[in-house]
Amino acid sequence: MSRVFEVFRLERKGQPFQHAGSIAAPDETFADWYAREQYGRRGESVALWVVPREAIHEIDEFVDELQRNYHRVDGYPLKEKLARARERAGTRAGTSD
Amino acid sequence: MVSPVLRRVSERAPLLLPIADDELVLGWRNSEWTGIAPFLEEDVAFSSIAQNEIGHARALYELVAAELDTTADELAFDRSPDEYRCSAFVELRLVPDWAKTIARHYLYEQADEQRIKALMESDDDEVSGLAAKIDREEAYHRMHAQMWFDRLQDEPRFVEALEELRPLADKRGEHIPEFAELWDEMTMVRRSVVGATW
Amino acid sequence: MTDEQFLDYVQGGGQVETSDSMPDEYRAKLVKFIEMHGNSELMGVLPEREWILRAPTLQRKLALTAKVQDEVGHAQLIYRVVEDLGKTREQCLEDLISGKSKFHNVFHYPTKTWGDVGVIAWLVDAAAIISQKALLKCSYAPYARIMKKICWEESFHILHGRDVILTMMNGTDEQRELVQEALDRWWGPLMQFHGNPIPRDEDPMFVWRIKSQGNEEARQQFLDGYVPQIWEFGLTVPDPNLRKTDDGVWEYTEPDWDELKHVVTGHGPKTAERLGLRQHTREETEWVRRTVLAEAA
Repeated sequence: MSRVFEVFRLERKGQPFQHAGSIAAPDETFADWYAREQYGRRGESVALWVVPREAIHEIDEFVDELQRNYHRVDGYPLKEKLARARERAGTRAGTSD
Repeated sequence: MVSPVLRRVSERAPLLLPIADDELVLGWRNSEWTGIAPFLEEDVAFSSIAQNEIGHARALYELVAAELDTTADELAFDRSPDEYRCSAFVELRLVPDWAKTIARHYLYEQADEQRIKALMESDDDEVSGLAAKIDREEAYHRMHAQMWFDRLQDEPRFVEALEELRPLADKRGEHIPEFAELWDEMTMVRRSVVGATW
Repeated sequence: MTDEQFLDYVQGGGQVETSDSMPDEYRAKLVKFIEMHGNSELMGVLPEREWILRAPTLQRKLALTAKVQDEVGHAQLIYRVVEDLGKTREQCLEDLISGKSKFHNVFHYPTKTWGDVGVIAWLVDAAAIISQKALLKCSYAPYARIMKKICWEESFHILHGRDVILTMMNGTDEQRELVQEALDRWWGPLMQFHGNPIPRDEDPMFVWRIKSQGNEEARQQFLDGYVPQIWEFGLTVPDPNLRKTDDGVWEYTEPDWDELKHVVTGHGPKTAERLGLRQHTREETEWVRRTVLAEAA
């Protein structure tokens, strides 16, 4: 059977590899050829990753039933605490830190 | 009638025109597969090979043109059929036979490698420089031909095609009848308004 | 998600991926639309390929080969999208050849001269790009993504077309005649290209946000962009009623919608011949696919 290969391309160094599309080919040798042609014949990529589709596992379910915000920025509302600390220290508004 | 251009003396012409003409005509034959190759991905790949061949022809013509005070286009299109130095091998019309097409591709690339490597030793710096560039591109053509050879080598019609075409690969001489038709089609627009810029 | 919720979602700019659930009608319309696009890219190759062989300079030969190569590449990208929606390439090609599925009107017509080569690359491609740009916002994300690559590659096609035309317009009288004559023949199909002017809210393609533009919008954009250019080059448009009104709307002789229907249902001047060529070459290369791809005949 002809196999599907996913192609990722690097536009230039410093950029991440990005998914560019897919090709059908009988094997890896052909897939490399066809990927080079479809995604590189215009010199639009400096590198390609060619990966058999079956090697890719997609995950799209993430469990967070108990609201684990202790490791996220939104778990730290400091406005109120900051206001009280400033009040106790004698309102040092206008000074930095 | 011999073109005025070819009456001038040129060292490069006898050396490079056969190769340039081969590449032009083979590129032409390979472009006959555009849009109708066995599958789409291969259609795109094979078209790049055809473009490379025409690009090689152009670069080679330019080197000869410099010596003859003419242009690559005039060399490519304005000679009469008997002035072309291409081999009968590249003139064969093989569409829609993919077995023969790949067989010719494989055999041609093998033979071509030899003559390009010889050109890389030329005293003429421009010639050896161009030959090195062509060789780097042709390395990919050889890989492509090998890839198909590996896939088709057990296929009887491919084996037959190789056997049939191998003896023709080295022959150089008379043009085959198909060449006149090819030349006619290749030059028809250009001849329709002589001397025009396109 | 109910069908109504899905409709609201796409109309609100929501994007759909391959593994998302989608209403049957959306999926069916999507496949048909995208398949027709793939068919058109593939059939568009045939009128142009013979001119590669006849190109009058090496540069034109290379440019035209590269342009047609892009179109084949686009067909590959498009059929892959259709395949991921459940219809194989082989099924698409079978339906194309049998006439069950369609392709755009312009590819049913003959090309007669090098003037046609210029007009197609300059104007037919321009008309197509207007539609293609509108597809960049397609609700079906995999299709929208390939449209980016397609639009990027098409950018040189138009320049190549304009270059071919301008060179001829600056050339001899015979060359200028070639261009005008080709334009005279292609104007009708060009005006029909974007389809009859059904209001976009009655166009299922727009309702599902597969297209982000109505047919008439596209045609007006084409006229606005290209008629001034046509006139600027010293050419005439074979429509005495063509003019731009004060409120910026182009008026023109009503295109022959019957002709359009007749052509796209498989009765164009070159339809049978071109599908015949596809059928023949497909049969001749069947063994390659069987050997290399190990696919059923």
